[in-house]
Order: sequence, then C-alpha cells, then structure tokens
Amino acid sequence: MSGLEIKNLHVSIEDKEILKGVDLTIDKGEVHAIMGPNGTGKSTLAYALMGHPAYTITEGEVLLNGENILELEADERSRKGIFLAFQYPVAIPGVTVANFLRTALNARRKAVNPDDKGVSLVEFRKLLKEKMDLLKMDSAFAGRYLNDGFSGGEKKRAEILQMATLRPEIAILDETDSGLDIDALRIVSEGVNALRGPDLGVLLITHYQRILNYIKPDYVHVMLGGRVVESGGPDLALHLEEHGYDWVREKYSNGAAA
Amino acid sequence: MIETPTIITSRRRPASVIAPEFTFSEDHIPNFSDDKAIIEYRQQAWQAFQALPMPLTTDEPWRRTDIHTLQSDRFQLAGLNSTDGKEKVPAQLLKPLAGKSHGGQIVLSASGAAKSISEDLEKQGVVFTDLKTAEEKHPGLLAEVLGKVVSPNEGKFAALAAALSRTGILLYVPRHVQIDTPLHSLLWGQGTGLAYLSHILVYLEEGASVTYVHESASPEAEAGQIMHAGIVELFVGREAHLGFVELQSWGQNVWNFSHERARIEQDGSIDWIFGAIGSRLTKNFSELSLAGRGAVGKMSGFYFTNNQQHLDHDTQQNHLAPHTTSDLLFKGALLDESRSVWQGMIYVAPDAVKTDGYQANRNIVLSRNARADSIPGLEILADDVRCTHGATVGKIDPELVFYLVSRGIPEKEAEKLVVQGFFDPIMQRIPFEGVRDRFQAAITKKMKTII
Repeated sequence: MSGLEIKNLHVSIEDKEILKGVDLTIDKGEVHAIMGPNGTGKSTLAYALMGHPAYTITEGEVLLNGENILELEADERSRKGIFLAFQYPVAIPGVTVANFLRTALNARRKAVNPDDKGVSLVEFRKLLKEKMDLLKMDSAFAGRYLNDGFSGGEKKRAEILQMATLRPEIAILDETDSGLDIDALRIVSEGVNALRGPDLGVLLITHYQRILNYIKPDYVHVMLGGRVVESGGPDLALHLEEHGYDWVREKYSNGAAA
Repeated sequence: MIETPTIITSRRRPASVIAPEFTFSEDHIPNFSDDKAIIEYRQQAWQAFQALPMPLTTDEPWRRTDIHTLQSDRFQLAGLNSTDGKEKVPAQLLKPLAGKSHGGQIVLSASGAAKSISEDLEKQGVVFTDLKTAEEKHPGLLAEVLGKVVSPNEGKFAALAAALSRTGILLYVPRHVQIDTPLHSLLWGQGTGLAYLSHILVYLEEGASVTYVHESASPEAEAGQIMHAGIVELFVGREAHLGFVELQSWGQNVWNFSHERARIEQDGSIDWIFGAIGSRLTKNFSELSLAGRGAVGKMSGFYFTNNQQHLDHDTQQNHLAPHTTSDLLFKGALLDESRSVWQGMIYVAPDAVKTDGYQANRNIVLSRNARADSIPGLEILADDVRCTHGATVGKIDPELVFYLVSRGIPEKEAEKLVVQGFFDPIMQRIPFEGVRDRFQAAITKKMKTII
C-alpha cells in the first residue's frame, strides 16, 4: 500500500516506555490530526518516526509504502520520503538556508547516483525562488543562517519551505502552530495547504484545535497515555475544543492510560 | 572496624625536561655583504642565541607547549648543501591566492630563491626580493629595516632566526605607492633533519599599500623531524595599508617556531590573516602594535588540527596610542589527539584613550581525545576605553547534526556542514576567494579522516 502504517509501536526513552502500542495508518492524500494533552507521547511519535537516536523502538513496525523503515537511519528515512517539521527547529550558525537546502537536495541525488554532480546553481535558484514565492517569503531569507535569530513564525515558515523543496510523501508536522500569532499561523497553514495533494500524506500533531480551522483534517485522532484512543472525523476536533480532554481521560482511566 | 583505604592520586607534572642544545656554530652566520650594521645585528643575535636557554614548560609562554622531544642537536642548516631540497615545488602552491595574478612571486627553498616581479613595480621603486639578494643589492635598506620591529632577544628561536637566516623576503614599498596586484612568496622546506630559518621583512612607507601572501609548506608525509624558526617583521607607515596572509601548510613532521610583529603608525591599518593547518608542533608569537593615533589592526586566524598536531598561537594586541582599534578572531577545529592553545592579550597603554579592542577565540573539539585551551587576557592601563573578549571551547551539538540528517544529509556530511558553518565568520573576514577555497579544502580533507 502507499502511505505510512504504524503497527503496535512501542518506544522508550532511557528505559521509560512512552509509546505503548500505537496503531495508525496514513494514506497518501490524507491529512490526519493527532491531538491530546501534554505528555501523552505525541512528539515522541514524531521523533521516533524520524529516527532520532535517543528514542528506542522496543516493539512494533513502521512501514512506508509497505517497506519497514525502522532499520533505516534518519537520513535514509528522509530520502525515502519522511519529513518532520520540528516543533523547535535548531539554529545552524554559519550555514545559509540556500546552502543547506542545496546540500539536502544534492544528498538525495547522490543517494540515487553516487556520481551525480549536484543540482546546478541556476536550476537551484529557480527552484528556490518558486518555493519561496509560494510561501510568500522574501528572497533575502535564502541568504540568512538557518534558523539563526529567526522569529517563531520565520522558523515555522522555514520548515515548510524545506518541506516544499524536499517534497516528502509523508510529512509530520509537530506542533507547527505553537508560538505562532494568528497571521503567522495563517501563512504557514496556507503553505501546507498549497502542498496538499494526492502524493502527500500529512500527520499534523497539535495541542489545540485552532490550526485545524486552517488545515482541514480528514481524520482526527486522540492520543492518551502513549496510545491512540479515539479516532474520528473533523467533528472529533470540535468536540474536543468544546469539552476538553477530561471525558477522554475518564473513559480510558482504567487500563489504557496506566 | 574496616578502614577505608585512602587513595591518593597525584597529578603533578613531570619535571620539565629540556631539549638538547643546537649544534650550530658562529661559522654558520651568513655573510652576503660588508654592511657593518648587518654584521653587527647578526653578531648580537648570535650572542643572544647562545645566552638564551631552550624554552621549558616552566616558562610561562611555553607552559602548554612542551618541546623536549625536539631533536635540536641533530639539525643541519638547510641551504648549506647544494643537494638539499631539489624536489620540485607542487604547482598548486604557486597559484595566485589573492587575485587572478601576481605582481611578483618568490619561491624560497634550500637550493636558493626563484623570483619574478613586474617591471612596473620595480620602476616605482618597489623592492620584493629574497634576503640574500636584498643584502647584496640593497644593504643600506636592509640594515635600516632589520630588527626594527622584532628584537632577536625576544626568544631562543627569534635569536636563532635573526643570527643565521639565509633565506627570507624583503618587501619595501615606497611612499604613496599602491600595489594593485598581490605579491606572493612561498617557503618550501623539505628533506629530513634540516633546520629552515627565515626572516620576512615588510616595510611600507607613508601612504603605501599592498596585499602580500606568504606560505610555508613542505611535503606531507616525510619521516624524521624538520624544524623551522622564523621572524616576521611588518612595518606599516602613516596612512599605509597592508593586507598580509600567512599560510602555514607545513608537513606534519615540522616543528615550527615564529616570532611575528606588526607595527602600525598613525592612521595606518593592517588586515592580517593566519591559516594554520600543518606542522607537528607550532609555537607562534604574533603581536600587533598600534603605535600611532588612529591605527587599526584586524587579525583573523583559522586553524584545524588532526593526528598529534599541537598548534600554539600566542597573540598580543598592543594599543600604544589613542583612538586605536584592534579586532581579533581566531577559530579552530580539532580532531584525533590533536591540541591547540590560544593565549591572547589586549594591552592598553596609559595614554591610549578611546581605544577599541576586541578579541575572541572559538574552538570546536571534534574528538574525545583532542583538547583546546583558550586563554584570553586584558591589561588596561587607560581610562575611557572599550575592550571586550570572549573564549569558547565546544563540541559539535548532536541535535544540530540530527536536524540536518533528518533532511536526508548523511551524518558525516552533516558534521562537515556544521563545521563549515562554525568557520563561516572567519571566511566572512577573508576578502580573497583563493584563500577561502584553501581553507574549505582543508576542512573537507580533514573531515574526511573521521572514521
């Protein structure tokens, strides 16, 4: 099948189990939102899918287009089509946005053909301009050091720019709405919407319903205690907005959230 | 009752061991002219050399740089035997680094000097020649310039280079002569068991300006020790400007010692760039003396060590007159069991008011067994000054690497990108593409050695 299948995923950090059997399937073309209170393992899921070395998979499977990716390093997962928009993107001093993106694109080409000479400067500039126009970004942005001194909104926009340039099959957006004012949220959401299509599956991790007014999900899931406990359509998000998470906690207070 | 045994660990340094004395003799003092002042200079330097002991780790400037395994008693002077250094200089070392072409180029090796200078510059009275020719043709000028900025008494190796240097450069730029095409010189040292001694002299008269690149290099993988001791004297007259790039690309069997100073007169300026990637061990004393009102000096250092390399840069920024400005940034990366030392001092003389001094040293340690020491210092004797400094030693942040790796960049390449980014502030200070390319190539080459 084409998309991401997460089966009974258990993940630990320093011997503490955080994810306790997550099951989730994201087909390409779909947008899934994962909601849930703080500390339920939403970001752990994002990092584990990307392959952060601090997260240990103790059980389960993750298949991308039918292929198990858990044995792959993060760079290989990226080149296969997984993308993580970080909640807190780190600054890389001295490396410009343009230089970084060009290196990332060339790494993809080299993985396919070790003798590849890389994307030409002219071709790259054209591509970058196209993507930056799409996200309404000033061209000076390309010459700035990646995330270095960026505002919250600029960091999130830079993440979406990377997503637009690298064209993943599955994009995980980890709390992309956090720390954004309403204008920045709108710009970032428009960027994501512009990239939506039959070739992209999105896993949108969020604490608040707010971003879902801008990026309309096809499915909404609730995570609690390291598991996906409720799944539904967009209505579920609205229900959560109105009633909070207490009813979910009550419903699953025995067993699942232990 | 069981007594807990007391464990006493001692971290006392072993007693300082001294390197053996050199075996050079007074007969080795070169004699290329009858100029009394030059002869006198060398005689005094020779006496200083004999009087000064080999440096010990108990001497403050040498505390972190132990040279007792230097086989100082085995070195022969390079250039005495006509068979020394016959191997051809690699062509890439002769390429222009600070522009598209040279206004002049000199290659110094044990077998002599090969030089070229544009006729146009000669007509304007510019002297750019090797030390021997300078003494034969311009003894008066050489005598005037010799020892004006660096005294032979400043150390054992300074005295040695002053007394016995047979090779070196004299660059003299007359009043208001502005040289557009950069000048280039190369000291090529090869052969084992040889001591290369060099003396670089640059003298810019009022309003003169020039960009000059000097490189020291030798074959990379030769066995046995080579030694280099050098003096660099830079005099920048009133309203003159010197761009000076020093590249240290010695092979990793070279023990390198140098005493360098730039003296900047009123409203003069220097842009001084150091690139150090070679040598087994380097002890470099570099001093900027802002002697005239309004003098400006910028010092930028790039170093990258691996294997057992040990690079020690001792910098001093002397503000000796009011309204002087200095700006120093040294950045280094370290691999394997290598080690770097940077010790810097800003000195502000009592009457050097309205001084603006800055110094920073940043290090990125890329292996567990490498070590960087960074010791900034300020000595301010004037009021109404602004002096700032900073020193850091850090590791590569794994979260930065993960971020890049998560974008499909393989880990080794991600680390290289982080290191390149670390050096970017130095690259930004270097106006010469050829020099920047050299440093980038050094980063690529050394990063490749990580297993």
